[in-house]
Amino acid sequence: MLTRTGAPTKEPLSIGTNGAPPDAGEVRVAAIDHAFAQLRVLAGLSLRAAPHEVLGIVGPSGCGKSTLLELIAGLREPDVGTIAVGTAAEPTERLARCAYLPQRDLLLPWYSAIDNAALALRNRGLGRAEARRRAGQLFERFGLEGFERSRPSELSGGMRQRVAFLRTLIAGKPVLLLDEPFASLDAITRGEMQAWLAGALATEPRTVILVTHDVEEALYLSDRVAVLSSRPGRLVSELTPLAPRASDRAAAITTPEFGALRAEAMRALREGSR
Amino acid sequence: MRRYLLPAAVLASLVAAWQLAASTGLLANVLNLEDFLVPAPSEIAKTLGEDRSLLADNAWVTLKEVLLGFGCALVAGLAFAVGLHLSETLRRAFYPLIVASQTIPIIAVAPILVVWFGFGIGPKLAIIALICFFPITVNTLDGLRSVDPDAVKMMRTLDASRWAILRRVESPTALPFAFSGAKIAVAVAVIGAVFGEWAGSSSGLGYLMQLDNAALNTPRLWASVTVLSAMAILLFALLALLERKVVTWR
Repeated sequence: MLTRTGAPTKEPLSIGTNGAPPDAGEVRVAAIDHAFAQLRVLAGLSLRAAPHEVLGIVGPSGCGKSTLLELIAGLREPDVGTIAVGTAAEPTERLARCAYLPQRDLLLPWYSAIDNAALALRNRGLGRAEARRRAGQLFERFGLEGFERSRPSELSGGMRQRVAFLRTLIAGKPVLLLDEPFASLDAITRGEMQAWLAGALATEPRTVILVTHDVEEALYLSDRVAVLSSRPGRLVSELTPLAPRASDRAAAITTPEFGALRAEAMRALREGSR
Repeated sequence: MRRYLLPAAVLASLVAAWQLAASTGLLANVLNLEDFLVPAPSEIAKTLGEDRSLLADNAWVTLKEVLLGFGCALVAGLAFAVGLHLSETLRRAFYPLIVASQTIPIIAVAPILVVWFGFGIGPKLAIIALICFFPITVNTLDGLRSVDPDAVKMMRTLDASRWAILRRVESPTALPFAFSGAKIAVAVAVIGAVFGEWAGSSSGLGYLMQLDNAALNTPRLWASVTVLSAMAILLFALLALLERKVVTWR
């Protein structure tokens, strides 16, 4: 349900998650193995994310991070082990509870920004006018006002990523799977987008699995960070950031504690890629 | 404007050279032909003017055949492409047959079609549709299959049904390919119409060309060819224009 709000960021959750039960956002990955032909990409990996928790996953390139997200989303099934999202263990059930934001924004070039954001609503059979009206309210709240009718090719990289994130959010799923969402952006835009995402998650809390190779990004955005080894990916270390999604990003990532945590994460990464 | 200048200049100089060579009898000599077999452009132009109502009447007949035949091929081609795309089994079963259908010389099937459909518009439509069907189907199918697999995954996590993926992702991806197929098809459709009329008819530009060919009335034969070419180019240009209006994201 959507309501028009005057004070954007202070309003409570208004997109909602389709009345999903409170535990629907819990993600449990238990001892999974996965291989593509002879190539073993994940080995005995277990992870858990509590409802509304942001779990960051960092690891060297090719450690199976993207595969892990596809497995959780229900787009694939693991060779060994189980995955559950809330009470849903079947792939089609998981698919109904997870929204996936791939590395590339994958905005459809034949639709305007607002029609891209409203895709999930249209897929559920909502009429175009109503879908646009609902998506339009989010454009106002998330700083995209005035760009509703723009084609993706007319938007900057940061704006495209914001539209792609709104598209994921509007799907109303309790779990968001983000695959290196800001990897294609320049450093300054990436920093702005991280702060923007932190704000968005404050008003729209979701369980988030954030895959990234940017340690700083993981430590700033996540409640917990899991460090994976190189292929086949297994858990090397788990870190707990002190001030996840602090409103002053610049200050938060320059504290000595943050620096120490980053050093620890880098150490774990090096250890895991040996 | 500049875009059209160069091809127009090339065409004009070719026609001028032809005119010069034909009017001096040089062309016939060089080609080892009789004068009356190589009419000068001026003669063709004269015939175009004098016989304009005859040419227009027959062109109208041919145009109707082309449009109807192309229309049938478009509907069938798009439907086939979607069917073959959605079903692996159908694709395996029919794709080789569709390719094989293109290797059948039209000359061979035309008499059969005339026997089945008579001398009316039927056999012409069948021949034109048969020729047009192939590029439309193959191009559209290639387009549907070229879809970004990540976009399909993204749609699946956004609760998209198979139909929604086809409608919102695959069809728009395939649209420019379908237009390419249709443009090729419309250009060969006029040739199909001529073949169809040769196989048996009492009107149309192909029929007229057959008469003039037998009567060695070469200026009017080439006048028909000119009208036929203009028709094909016009239809091609219309499709290209439509493509620009529809495919706005490229």
